[in-house]
Amino acid sequence: MDIVDVLLIGLRVVATFALLLVVTILNVWAERKVVADMQNRIGPDRAGPWGILQTVADGLKLFFKESVTPSKVERGVYLAAPFLAVVPAFLIFSVVPWGAPVEVFGRTMPLQVADLNVGLLFILAMSSMAVYAVVLAGWSSGSKYPLLGGVRATAQAISYEAAMGLAMVAVVMYSATTGDGTGTLSLAELVERQAGTFLGFIPRWNIIPQFVAFAIFLVAIVAETNRAPFDLVEAEQELVGGFHTEYSGMRFAMFFLAEYINVFSMSAIAATLFLGGWNGPTWSGILPAWISAILPVFWLLVKTYAIVFVFFWIRATLPRLRYDQLMQLGWKRLIPGALAWLMVSALFIGFRRFGLPWG
Amino acid sequence: MSFSDWISQPVNWVFLGLALAVLAAGFRVVTSQNVVHAALFLVATLAGVAGLFVLLSAEFVAWVLVLVYIGAVVVLFLFGIMITRAPTGQDVGLDNRRARPVAAVVSLGLFGVLSWTSVRAFQDTAVAGVGERTPTDILGEALLGRFVFPFEVVGFVLLAALIGGITLARRDLTPKEEEERGAV
Repeated sequence: MDIVDVLLIGLRVVATFALLLVVTILNVWAERKVVADMQNRIGPDRAGPWGILQTVADGLKLFFKESVTPSKVERGVYLAAPFLAVVPAFLIFSVVPWGAPVEVFGRTMPLQVADLNVGLLFILAMSSMAVYAVVLAGWSSGSKYPLLGGVRATAQAISYEAAMGLAMVAVVMYSATTGDGTGTLSLAELVERQAGTFLGFIPRWNIIPQFVAFAIFLVAIVAETNRAPFDLVEAEQELVGGFHTEYSGMRFAMFFLAEYINVFSMSAIAATLFLGGWNGPTWSGILPAWISAILPVFWLLVKTYAIVFVFFWIRATLPRLRYDQLMQLGWKRLIPGALAWLMVSALFIGFRRFGLPWG
Repeated sequence: MSFSDWISQPVNWVFLGLALAVLAAGFRVVTSQNVVHAALFLVATLAGVAGLFVLLSAEFVAWVLVLVYIGAVVVLFLFGIMITRAPTGQDVGLDNRRARPVAAVVSLGLFGVLSWTSVRAFQDTAVAGVGERTPTDILGEALLGRFVFPFEVVGFVLLAALIGGITLARRDLTPKEEEERGAV
């Protein structure tokens, strides 16, 4: 490892960081536009062309506002909670490969901050760290409604993380059907194993054999990111605001930032696990080399934004679940469903590899 | 190996720093007067232990520790605290000063037994494979091959503990109490 390698790692880190900030600014605006359109409104249209600078304006306003610290808060934890929200949100994206490896300065560089060989575990670990921010923000505010929001967040995160993990296990198990015959937890490897086609024309994406796991994963990530219809954590009508009631200014903006980064990275992870990641036609040889190198990034963004759009769409369409409905769906539908699907797909993979027991 | 040799290797500085941080955080877990702070110091302790596993190149174990203990067990602790004793602030009764000598004897005794057995068992054997990643498939094969019996026994013990916990915590109501509850 020489100086060029170190610089390239630094470049990847900075690029990922910048990407996440830019997409957050765009996503907040896009969500407001999409939801407005679905509700027959115009949405933000004053700042910049099509109102695209609205988020920048809002962000600047929050940045300059006073961050009020109420007198009853538990100071240390109260101040730390917004950072606990943002740090895992940024870290979770670091294992997602956002493009095919490219050739620079005579070496192959993967477009990914870190290729952990236990990448999926890292994702699960980081998404369970995110719950600390909400719980501690709610508790340290020293106020009833934020506390209720925090309690709801804990119960919700624990319930839906199990379903999310089980859906991931199905994908890992399926990945054993290609490659060297063992499953893999590395995201880069999972993407490579989705290259190629079924029957010559259907892309070899995990969503085709693992459609049930995809549906469960999608519901679970909406719940994990505390988005509508699972946003009981910040139910305005019931809890004044939710876990962030006592936060204002920059600290509130950090919770907001974390939520939108999580939506984007969870969508990118879903696209990586089920929609083939950066796989897609690159027409190398026909197009100039630099376009072929950039196209995989474009394909990943297209797939990610398809899922981000589903997030917005659901938010504009479905009413919030009641607390008991949330628990029913998590424990009585998703987890047994995911377990049953795991058994079914294990049986199929077993038959494919070892043949039928009576055959 | 003398101490000056040992300390001259940078990896041991990291070890020393992590080990001291784990010890300090662990001490604060039992002395903290605020139950939420105690839970947070427990998180710091577990994170330090995960760091020690990373030093041993056991990435898988480290992340499983973060996922299971920090991500689930302590979150459940916090959940329990939130729905039972939510208000912020100190709880003086939490740090029982009279029990300190007994606790010190028990914990030092446990530390002595564990360190004595592990030092006796491994002596000067170097741990193989440190510095290279442990492939997860080898770990899986070991767990479901050579160690499958202990693995299943541990699972069975945990199940028994779970059922025991439920039986202890959920007392069946006497017919009279049930009647009273029905009346309300």
